[in-house]
Amino acid sequence: MALLEVKELGISFGGLRAVDNFNLTIEDGQLYGLIGPNGAGKTTIFNLLTGVYKPTDGTFMFDSEEMSGKTPIQINKMGIARTFQNIRLFSQMSVIDNVKVGLQNQYNFSVLNSILRLPKHRAGEKLITGRALEILKIFDLDGEANQPASNLPYGKQRKLEIARALATNPKLLLLDEPAAGMNPAETAELMNTIALIRDKFKISILLIEHDMSLVMGICERIVVLEYGRVICDDIPENVKNNPKVIAAYLGD
Amino acid sequence: MKNKKNIVYAIIAVVIFIVLFALVNAGVLSRKYEGLLVPIGVNVILAVSLNLIVGFLGELSLGHAGFMSVGAYAGCLFTVHSNLPVMVELPIAFVIGGLAAAIFGLIIGIPALRLKGDYLAIVTLGFGEIIRSVFNSLDILGGSGGLKGIDKSSNYIMAYVLAVITVLVIANLINSKHGRAIKSIRDNVIAAESVGVNVVYYKILAFVLSAFFAGIAGVLYGHNLAILKPATFDFNKSIEILVMVVLGGMGSIPGSIIAAVILTVLPEAMRSLADYRMLFYAVALIVMMLFSSNPALVEFRQRLFGKKKRGGK
Repeated sequence: MALLEVKELGISFGGLRAVDNFNLTIEDGQLYGLIGPNGAGKTTIFNLLTGVYKPTDGTFMFDSEEMSGKTPIQINKMGIARTFQNIRLFSQMSVIDNVKVGLQNQYNFSVLNSILRLPKHRAGEKLITGRALEILKIFDLDGEANQPASNLPYGKQRKLEIARALATNPKLLLLDEPAAGMNPAETAELMNTIALIRDKFKISILLIEHDMSLVMGICERIVVLEYGRVICDDIPENVKNNPKVIAAYLGD
Repeated sequence: MKNKKNIVYAIIAVVIFIVLFALVNAGVLSRKYEGLLVPIGVNVILAVSLNLIVGFLGELSLGHAGFMSVGAYAGCLFTVHSNLPVMVELPIAFVIGGLAAAIFGLIIGIPALRLKGDYLAIVTLGFGEIIRSVFNSLDILGGSGGLKGIDKSSNYIMAYVLAVITVLVIANLINSKHGRAIKSIRDNVIAAESVGVNVVYYKILAFVLSAFFAGIAGVLYGHNLAILKPATFDFNKSIEILVMVVLGGMGSIPGSIIAAVILTVLPEAMRSLADYRMLFYAVALIVMMLFSSNPALVEFRQRLFGKKKRGGK
């Protein structure tokens, strides 16, 4: 059974059919790319998969469980985490606290434990801090742990967002344009980081990206979207040469 | 490192208490200022608890005086009608007042899940006004004449202990996984949901806890003044508490405490200015505002105290 199975997923906003008949199967450990021209519906698919939007038709199964209709919080707990196209960090909080928020569902102790500073709170907080530092180290952010997140340069903010998503211990990570606004050197570094986290955390990744060198370089399969419809779903070499894809990107 | 900090805070709390105790017993404080000690405690509790909603959860609440009045009436009604000794009666009254207000916090917290920003502010404003009109028209509660016959049984030690408890509970909450969840909702709700923060639970928690302490402050207030008049719990009172939070700095607990102390003492200290009192009060507010937020002044202050960054910790 595949990790994620999307069947005929669709959503309409009034008369606009934003996504239509979308099918996708992601296996364990797969790195999948999702590309398409502006307005094709890529982020809408992310919003459907994370429960921000409810699909008007179709279903999707994750880890053999029916997911459509679940809230974003439930979906995150099931194991899907995401980043955002326009960075959404907890900007007034410190870098490490951002990651700690991501970790919070894995360490359970009640409010009363914290208010009275009982041993359970101390033990839990210690584990959270240790794990948060480990994750920051992977992203080379441990030096800035106590800075406000908003003070980080742009590239590091993107990394922190990925770190925070990973902290929720997902099986599937959705990355929405992780390389947007990065220079070629930063993009190359990001590619390495993405490959690294896939191997280190043993997770599947679905990636939206406009940077073709990045997508073609690391994705094992790519699905191409145009006007809310899939026009191609194949390995990178075939996508590159697909006439429909070329037409969608360059015009006829 | 964290433990060291806690010890420093504990020492500060004890030292302030000893100084207060010495000042009062040596008769250094005039009657006027001694009488201000309980109101200072009341305002510290109110400001710190409101900061939980405004500064940490990031929602604007204009109904804090409403929560305070619910607690005040509930707690004071209990002591008026009970015959227990004062030292048994008062702690029970504090709990009753706190719980009564917390129930209303829950009732207001639920619409807070659907409303944001200005809209929520108007709901809380409406709540405060409704509560005030209800107390005004209920004759069993003394109506607009007020609830009379309350023992003037509170003292500054009690106020101090309650204020310390409030600060401790809210600071402990904020510096924990639960506090981080609350702050993450303030910074970005969508992101908070995406990493699995239970937004509903934490919003209600913040409202209930904040109202609970406002209720306790109300009980303390009632047992200091010996009379509860609905008119004192009006919109102006809520704004007064909000001003303390804003002046002290949103999301800064020490700031709320300092602002609450200064803004309680200031009007009394300026009594000699007679007609010009409110004028100077307003000027003082503006100066404080500049001092806490003007970049140049903030830098000056940081150099003065050798502090690098302003933050809640």
